[in-house]
Amino acid sequence: MMRVGVIDYGVGNLRSVANALRHVGADPVVSDDAAILLACERLILPGVGAFAYGRDALAAKGLDRVVREAAACEKPLLGICVGMQLLFERSHEFGEHEGLGLIPGEIDAFSQDTGARRLRLPNVNWLPIAPEAKQNGLAGRLLDGVTDRSRFYFVHSYHAQSANPFAVASARYGGQPFAAAVAKGSIFATQFHPEKSGPDGLKMLKNFVN
Amino acid sequence: MRVIARLDVKNEWVIKGIQMEGLRKVGEPVELARAYYEAGVHEIIFMDAVASLYDRNTLFHIIEAACESVFIPIVIGGGLRSLEDVSSALMAGADKVAINTAAVHNLSLISQVAGRFGSQCIVGSIEAKRQNDGSWQAYVDNGREPTGLDVLEWVRELEAAGVGEILLTSVDQDGTKRGFDVDLFAAVNEITSRPLILSGGYGDPDHLQALSSTGQLPNAIAVGSVLHYNKATPSDLISLADGLERMAIAA
Repeated sequence: MMRVGVIDYGVGNLRSVANALRHVGADPVVSDDAAILLACERLILPGVGAFAYGRDALAAKGLDRVVREAAACEKPLLGICVGMQLLFERSHEFGEHEGLGLIPGEIDAFSQDTGARRLRLPNVNWLPIAPEAKQNGLAGRLLDGVTDRSRFYFVHSYHAQSANPFAVASARYGGQPFAAAVAKGSIFATQFHPEKSGPDGLKMLKNFVN
Repeated sequence: MRVIARLDVKNEWVIKGIQMEGLRKVGEPVELARAYYEAGVHEIIFMDAVASLYDRNTLFHIIEAACESVFIPIVIGGGLRSLEDVSSALMAGADKVAINTAAVHNLSLISQVAGRFGSQCIVGSIEAKRQNDGSWQAYVDNGREPTGLDVLEWVRELEAAGVGEILLTSVDQDGTKRGFDVDLFAAVNEITSRPLILSGGYGDPDHLQALSSTGQLPNAIAVGSVLHYNKATPSDLISLADGLERMAIAA
């Protein structure tokens, strides 16, 4: 059974991530211990809440090093929601904050100026995602099975740009396209929550652990 | 539009009344949550109908059990009073907490939760009752205790304090299956910039049509009775909601 380390930095619904992993036949290890995490075959960086809080919480436990090491030794890593955003160079959420810089690019706010009505935030919706043309490697594997009928659960006010060269799937909110998923080397990360997206999300997690 | 199954829980049972009174048992919480998940609902709200401190752990155990097999967002509400309660709810596996009474008594709890866990995990829950002058007043304790707060004012205050969503329940319409309070919806939806979950009164497709005729749709509806009494399936509701949204975009 594949051991999947869930990085516990006090942020995110860890129980649900672990339950979803068990459901797809993996063996989740929720931990804040670098050695235990790095001994796993796969890693998940979960996350909700504010970018700066997450980044500080990750650094306070020295777990930013785990993420960097995983990337350096090409251990497959799945970032979820704020766990995706933290992988970028910078976020503009409540000021300007540096991220881990493993994926080039920045995290920006949705534009509120969408004409007649102010855009409702956060974006709390089940949305379809549009994968970019044929993907190889990890992204190809994870996006396998996504159709135009698939829906994923999003809850966020900030996002990566869909024009980012590492975006592998995009979605739209309030007429604005944004990156729904990004991939670079052994890293795959989603703005949505696969562990909360019903069968479509479970399929993606299953792809990750197979 | 999200379609949310709302399970009002009393002790170990899902119950449902009319206008929050005359409660009847309708099933076992974890079993119902699983059944609605498998039938395709977008989200589950567990609302503790008695909200007593003493059986708090019962609801947490229900959440723990439910999230082993329910892979959609789970909201827990009713009787959460402190940052510690919220933390325990999230640890049990809830994604969000719905707060009503505690916010009325101490609005700073909302900003504390937002600061620690993020706005996305707090749903400001409002029980609204229509007044003789045509306004709406916020109630607590399942629509029994008036707070003196005007609903529209209260929406603004909750939003400023940092809630990520608003759950708006019409006490007058709750459990009646006679339709939403459309005026209440239109008034609140007009002033809030948060996603709005509308609850109370859904009975048949005309009631969604009536919402749509205001020219707006809520971000989500939370339904109980129609699911509990098999008057509609989640997929019926989702295709209705999707249809109305497509029409709204086309218009």
